[in-house]
Formats: sequence, C-alpha cells, structure tokens
Amino acid sequence: MSDLEKFRAETRAWLEENCPSAMREPVRGFEDLYMGGRNPEVDHPDQPVWCQRMAERGWTVPHWPREYGGGGLNKEEAKVLQQEMARIGARRPLESFGISMLGPALLKFGTEAQKQEHLPPICRGEIRWCQGYSEPNAGSDLASLQTRAEDRGDHYLINGQKVWTSYADKADWIFCLVRTDNSGSKHEGISFVLFDMASEGVTTRPIKLISGSSPFCETFFDNVRAEKRNLVGEEGKGWAIAKYLLTHEREMISGFGTAPRTSLGSVAVDTFGADASGRLRNGILRHTIAQYQLDALAFGATMSRVGDEAKAGQGLGAASSIFKYYGTELNKRRNELNLAVGGEPALGWDGDVYEGGATSRDWLRSKGNSIEGGTSEVQLNIIAKRVLGLPD
Amino acid sequence: MALVLTEEQLMLKESAAGLLAEKAGVAQLRALRDADDALGFAPDVWRDIAGMGWPGIAIPEAYGGLGYGYTGLGLVLEQAGRHLSPVPLQSTVLLGATLLNELGSEAQKQALLAPLAAGELHVTLALQEGPLHAPEDTALRAEAEGAGYRLHGSKCLVLDALAAQQFVVIARTSGLPGDSAGLTAFLVPADAAGLTVERRSLVDARGVGALQLDAVQVPADAVLGDVDAAWDGLSRSLDIANIGLAAELLGIATEAFERTVGYLKERKQFGKVIGSFQGLQHRAAELFAELELSRSLVLKALQAIDADDPQLPVLASAAKAKLCEVAQRATNEGIQMHGGIGMTDEYDIGFFIKRARVVQHCFGDYNYHLDRFARLSGF
Repeated sequence: MSDLEKFRAETRAWLEENCPSAMREPVRGFEDLYMGGRNPEVDHPDQPVWCQRMAERGWTVPHWPREYGGGGLNKEEAKVLQQEMARIGARRPLESFGISMLGPALLKFGTEAQKQEHLPPICRGEIRWCQGYSEPNAGSDLASLQTRAEDRGDHYLINGQKVWTSYADKADWIFCLVRTDNSGSKHEGISFVLFDMASEGVTTRPIKLISGSSPFCETFFDNVRAEKRNLVGEEGKGWAIAKYLLTHEREMISGFGTAPRTSLGSVAVDTFGADASGRLRNGILRHTIAQYQLDALAFGATMSRVGDEAKAGQGLGAASSIFKYYGTELNKRRNELNLAVGGEPALGWDGDVYEGGATSRDWLRSKGNSIEGGTSEVQLNIIAKRVLGLPD
Repeated sequence: MALVLTEEQLMLKESAAGLLAEKAGVAQLRALRDADDALGFAPDVWRDIAGMGWPGIAIPEAYGGLGYGYTGLGLVLEQAGRHLSPVPLQSTVLLGATLLNELGSEAQKQALLAPLAAGELHVTLALQEGPLHAPEDTALRAEAEGAGYRLHGSKCLVLDALAAQQFVVIARTSGLPGDSAGLTAFLVPADAAGLTVERRSLVDARGVGALQLDAVQVPADAVLGDVDAAWDGLSRSLDIANIGLAAELLGIATEAFERTVGYLKERKQFGKVIGSFQGLQHRAAELFAELELSRSLVLKALQAIDADDPQLPVLASAAKAKLCEVAQRATNEGIQMHGGIGMTDEYDIGFFIKRARVVQHCFGDYNYHLDRFARLSGF
C-alpha cells in the first residue's frame, strides 16, 4: 500500500469515528457555518466539538505548516482529505477571515513571533478576525484612507473610522490599514496593524443593507492602543500587504460566478412550458438565459484553463485579471434571471410562503459583489493599464 | 483533460504563425483580390503548406496523415485567422478530410485521404441551398437510375469551389425538406457532365462558388457512407467544422483587437493618446475579457473532438455562437476605434470585419447556434 493509500485509509477511519452525524448534514445557510471566536455563535452543539477534533489534527487548515497549528499536508494529502470529507458529506469545521485572508498575509509578511502568536489560535477557532480596510471616503480609492496611527513609542494611538467591516461586532481582533505618515504619496505611509477589538475606544454599529440585515458594520476608533509588536511588515509599507490580501479576497468573490448546478433554462421550461420542438415558450427570455448559460460555461472553462496553465508551469496568465470583474457581473445576471423566471414568488420579502425572501434578498445582495473588493470599474481600469498597457 | 497546450502544440502554433505571416498574410490576400484571382489562393503557397504536412494534420496516420488531431488543426486555423490567410484549409482540410473520414467507406478513405493529406487533392462540401444554413431543408434531389443516381438542383456557398476536384454534395434521396432522415452524401467530380461551377464574389474576396446540377449522373459507389443516412456523419462533421471556424474567428478577433489596442496607443487627439481615455479603456478591457473566455471555450471544444466527448454537439454550438458574438464585437470596435482611417480600403482593419462576417455565416451563425445550444441544453 502506498503512503497516500495508507493516509486515505487512516483518514477515512478517523472521519468515520470522529465526525458527528449532525456535521454530515448539508449546509443550509450562513447559520450552519461555524466561525469560532471567544464567544462563538453556536447553532448546533456539535459545531465546536467537530471544530476542536479537527483542530487537534491540524485539519481546520490542512495546508498550513504544523508548527503554526496547520495540518502540514501536501497537495495530494489535502486533496485526499477533501475527498474523504466529501464522501461522507462532512462540513468544513471552521470558516474564518483568519484562515482565508489574514493567515496567507502573515505567512508571507509576518515575523516568526507574529506567526507563533496569531496563527495557532486561528487554527483552533479561538480568535475570530475582521478586516479594517474601507473608510467612508476611501472606497474604490482605498489608498486615500485617513484613519490615523500616532507613534507613542512602544505603541500606536489609533483614531478614525472604518466601514464595511464584516462581522466587526462579532470579531475578537482586527487587521487594519492605518496611516502612519501623511507626508508622501498616498500609497506610502500606510501601515498594516493588528489589535484587539475589545480594546478601549472601539465601537461598532451594524449596517442594514437593501437586502436586509447584513454582517457589515461601521467601526469607530477613539484613542485605541495598538502594540508596535503587532505591526506587520515595515511601518509605511502596508500597501503591498493590503494588495496581496485583496487578490485573495477577489478570488473568493469571483468564485460566485461559476456555473450553477441547476440549469436556469430547465427551471424556466418547468414554469413557462415549451413549444412542440422543446423550446422555451418566451423567445426573448430564452435568448437571455441562453446567453447567460453560454457565458457561464465559457467563464467556467476559463477558470479551469488558468488553473491548468499554472499547474503546467506556464504561469498565472493575464486571464486571471478578468475573474473578479466577469464573475461578479455574471452572478448579477444570474440573479436578475432568477427574478424573471421566478415571477411573483421571487419578489417575496418575508414569510414561509416565500422561503423568507431568499431569492429577492440574494438578488439584492448580488449587487454588492461588483462593488466590494474593488468595483467592476476599478477592475476594468486595472486590465486596461496593467494588461493592455494603455496609458494614464 | 487539462485545458492547456502541450509543448508539441505550442511549437506547431509557432511554426504556423511564422509561415502564414510570411507567405499568406493580409498583403497576399489584398494582392489576390486586386488581381481578381479566380482561385483565391496561390498554388505555390499551398505546396509549401503541404510540405509542412498540415493538410493531413487531423487525418489518422493509417491514411497518410499526421494524426495530430483537431486540437492541432485548430491552432493552425487560429493562425490562419490572425493572418487572414488565403489558403484552402477550411474547404479541403477542415471539411473535405473530415467528411471523408466520418462518412467514407474503408475503400474511399484509402483512395482519397492520402492524396488529400499530400496536398494534391481538393475536396469541398456543397450543402447550403438558401440564404441561411439549414441542412435539414436540403431539397437537391438524387434519383436512383440504373446502377447509380441522377442529381438535380443547386448549391451555394461552396468554399474554394474553383479549386475542388471533388465535391461532397448533400442530396435528398427520400423524405421531404425539413427531415433530417433521407439525406445522402455523394462524391461528385468537378468535371461531371451537367455540373456547372460558377465563381461568386463575397465580401471577403476569398475563393467561393455556386453549383448547378442538371441531371448529373454518378455511379453507386459515389455514395459516401449509407444511402438516406448521411445525417449523423454530416452532423458530426459540421460540429467539427464549426469548432474549426470558431478557432479561425478567435484568430481574427484577437488580431483585430491587438491592432486596435496598438492604434489606441499611437493616435493622438486633444493633445493625448486616445488610449488614455477611460471610455475607450473600459471597452477595450471588456473585449479582452470576452476574448479570454472565447479562447477557453474554443480549446475545450477542440479537445472534445479529439476525446470523442458526447458533449461535442453542445460544445460546438457554444463555441461557434460565442465566437460569432465576440468576433463581431471585436471587428466592429476595430473599425470604430480606428475612426476615419478604419473606413479606408488602404488600411487593413477592414479586411478583418469582412472575413469575420463570412466565417460567422458559414454553417450557422450566432442565431442558429445559440438556438441550437439552448435546445441541446434542454430549453
């Protein structure tokens, strides 16, 4: 038996033994995702149990190094683990911005001490992180951010306001972009600091969206103390870290555009009926759906191609620059079609008869996809300048 | 299958780009057009191409080909699109060889594929009869007579008709126009009595013609495949042809786009290069995104031919529909962004829009293939 086969057999046996049956149920919505933290939101008592068991093996973040609480698995092993979890329908034990965003940045830019201090609690689901990037006057023009960090010797004193801080009211720590210097160009003088959200002077206020309640908050800092040992990278050089992290965020958001499992055309045929040749009765709607499905197919093929080219050592092609823009625009088209095909029930806002307004709320929420993490217009600017080489 | 080109395929692409740029580019197309050349291509250039083995690129080695598959042919066609190469690759190689291979008997393949692969034989398809692609509506009649058949009717949009020594004529042997059953493919030699080959002139200035068949007599062994049962092989051949044409459109659209972006960096108005204007930048960036999607879809469809993927019909229509849409947009933007100079015959960008529309039309345009894509997708 090869090492990989042995690993598979052991993994299978361990999962069978340790994955609680409730954690093998499909994820129905956000409430089924376990985000951990000091005061975790627990929807089912088995969520923390499952998280803890997996964390003991390093399997909440299988590909991170063992010394930081990860599983130290290579690509093949991580794939086997994923397959074996999928085999029994096991949920991912822990979802967090610590895993998807801060972790990769710390692994690349953090000091050894910072990695030792912050990564293991992320893996164990003990500390939940939020991201302090946007400000009321720094959205697309993120680099013009004005939250000040004043040098006080061993610490910074932070004053200012952030906005669109997801889960700020539930997070334990924040990774935050602050201005340590105002004298140079706007990209200089930005620093990347970490501090505790329980610090004196931090307040948060939830933001209600057009789609209803949301994880977003406004976050205010009034003379908040951040220790200098929690400055990541050099002072004034935080923009490079911010951009690196944004590419991770954009990849996550562009994934929304991948082809859905159900064919919208088939759903529409069930609703509106087809003519003798099997064509959807309304030809105009049929055209719009066909164009959407064609583009979704081509987008999916492009995601595959870019991945395959990278694996074949041909590098990350220019095609990757279109993912955020195209994926989010595609998702908006899909959601508009969900309304068109769904009709009156799709417009429902509340009540069991409308499944709580899931279709309309998803539709409204999708409008934010092409704004958050860099608007479509900013993405097009990036393609025009960096890929096509068009001048300013 | 990984959506990526192999080293061998990348080398083939390079060598195709080199030869076609030098010997069969826009300048040669312009010269042939200005000389009112009836054939529409230069025979000596075709001999050079045959020397590279490209006519046999997708033909199995057992029949004298290279056996590189359609992914290889697609790469050559993409380069032919980039350079608007006036060569009979589409007629003889993409259509002729494919039809013989898909429909022909062992004896027919043995007799015809080797000379075709050597570049000595030109075979082309005679299918379309009306203004639009509608293969089920074929009305050209073939009546059994003695040991053979007599063919009556007409065909248009026959690619490289004046170069062809043999035509694959799709005829109705039973049923009515509208039925996919009852169609038969016949091999008709160019010198058959009663056959008139007329040269036609389309916007792209390439070799194309129309056929008139007045009681053309052919023997029983002129039937390619089985009587009344051409549909499946024809349909698969058309899927392959449309994917090949999508590859050509990818080349046309990409080249038109790159020339246009180049122009945006040169042309100055209001004291600035026009490529600095955001109104043009965003249109160019959107088009870039569409071209990247197109490239992925064409590669996926080409690989589906070689892998004998049951999804071939839906991928063929997807690729052709998408590339019709994107090539149309890229060539339209090409003219618009070049401004006045783009409207002049002296400037080359106009050749791209002209060739694109003919390729888009051949064997089903955007409307035909998006409809088929939807139908094959269950709606």
